[in-house]
Amino acid sequence: MRIFDPHIHMTSRTTDDYRAMYDAGVRALVEPSFWLGQPRTSPGSFFDYFDALLGWEPFRASQYGIAHHCAIALNPKEANDPRCTPVLDALPRYLVKDSVVAVGEIGYDSMTPAEDHALAAQLQSAADHALPALVHTPHRDKLAGLRRTLDVVRESALPPEHVLLDHLNETTVKDAVDSGCWAGFSIYPDTKMDEDRMVAVLKNHGTEKILVNSAADWGKSDPLKTRKVADAMLRAGFTEDDVDQVLWRNPVAFYGLSGRLQLDTADPSPLHEGNSILRGGE
Amino acid sequence: MLKSREELDAALGEAARAWLDEALAEAAHEALGAGAAPADATRAEALRAEAARTGTAPSEATRPEAVRRAAGARTAPGSGRPEGASDAAHAASAPGARPAPDTVPDGRSAGPPDPHTSTPPPWELRYAAAGRHCGREHADSVRSLLLVEARASLSCVTRLYAHGTAAERRAVLLTLHRLDLGGSALPLVEDALRTNDPRLVAAAVGPYAAVRLDPHAWRHAVLKCLFTEVPVEAVARLADRARGDGELARMLSDFAAERTAAGRAVPEDLRTVLALTVPADGQTHQARPATAAPLAPTEES
Repeated sequence: MRIFDPHIHMTSRTTDDYRAMYDAGVRALVEPSFWLGQPRTSPGSFFDYFDALLGWEPFRASQYGIAHHCAIALNPKEANDPRCTPVLDALPRYLVKDSVVAVGEIGYDSMTPAEDHALAAQLQSAADHALPALVHTPHRDKLAGLRRTLDVVRESALPPEHVLLDHLNETTVKDAVDSGCWAGFSIYPDTKMDEDRMVAVLKNHGTEKILVNSAADWGKSDPLKTRKVADAMLRAGFTEDDVDQVLWRNPVAFYGLSGRLQLDTADPSPLHEGNSILRGGE
Repeated sequence: MLKSREELDAALGEAARAWLDEALAEAAHEALGAGAAPADATRAEALRAEAARTGTAPSEATRPEAVRRAAGARTAPGSGRPEGASDAAHAASAPGARPAPDTVPDGRSAGPPDPHTSTPPPWELRYAAAGRHCGREHADSVRSLLLVEARASLSCVTRLYAHGTAAERRAVLLTLHRLDLGGSALPLVEDALRTNDPRLVAAAVGPYAAVRLDPHAWRHAVLKCLFTEVPVEAVARLADRARGDGELARMLSDFAAERTAAGRAVPEDLRTVLALTVPADGQTHQARPATAAPLAPTEES
């Protein structure tokens, strides 16, 4: 089984996670830019983070046989902090990089005017750089947030088929699918969605243009949720081809819109099997 | 191994060749002064910075000769390097030479223009996209050609390194010795050697480091290669610099002893380098011999 996790924050995860993900079938992932739990206070903090997504993290992933790509953006929460918003001016520098396959995560958190501006500006950046966009939908007031998101997407230069709406659930999936956007579901241990609810959504809406991710980060989360959904799908009667479509071909097709996916990673070197990542001998 | 323009032309498809032609033309335009700082004061500042770093004081009288030699060695057509093309206005963003933290409340620097938000010249965007257009296997060579064609200044290589992915940083490091930078780009090498990314460490110990790193830093770079499993063939002029280096021999022997005490294997490359430290006259220096590796391999290597 091959798995592509289209949304996971690996900077917050350990090498044990990389190894477990590889063992579970994960061969590729996209790490979108987001906040760090602790608010940032300057653009420089973002630049170091972006550099890590373009340098150190792909190296770590490669040690475990996983292709690492990223999405770059000013996230919705910090779009409200005037100390952080100058990052928007620096994004063009990063959006030209080889392993950047989307603009993201963008979208709404509290639905403020500052978030309106950041979302619209970054949808335009995506269009300017021929990149798709990963759009986070808000956790509070989700359905109203989704509809407002769709309004901004419709007004943007980016066609809906270049937009992935994420963190969807039973209340938002219909509007999302009807919009022509791709539909993403984050499977969490307690919140957002779980495996069985995800299977029910797939039964109702089919497997076209639907993506499943772990969105694992520094909070309570599980980087193997993608595999658990795949197993739940098989138990519920979906075929291996259905699983491959949702867990591999759909994310490859969506991020492939960038023209920048490179999925030919080498198997992890036996030299590092069972060993921790190189630490300079420490 | 970096490929020449001719080798790339033979290897690339038609679309990639056309893209490279345009990219090199844009870079050549840069070399003609489009992006160069015209102020003599800036040039003087760069020279002073270099003198402070290297402990030498290159005079304005001797400098142009070196510049002419460097320009004459190039195969690409073009004019001489414009006066003032070496500027240090943006060099404050070099690793290890951070600008003073005089920021205003909105987070923007109150100092020089922020290179993160200034619009880069077109060839620098092509520098980032080289792998997509010419193939990842040619990206180092294409980026290196662009840097040489643009006669990249200290501020330019510093900016491209600071903004670069690991692959873009590697290409900067691989090209430093082909640019007219004196010792001024040493902070980039030092930055790369602080990482644990073997792609960067390997690129950092090339010909530029062979000439510019002081003995202490160079020895630590060699050790870093052993620690991060970068093959020591990556170290330029290894035999020249290692020959007769008793301090390097001591460090290697101590490292071998530490590994052996831990029941871990001694890297084969360590023995290779240790053998190179023997003085030219064949006399052994005062260093202790490397401790033998354990007979059975351990679970780690």
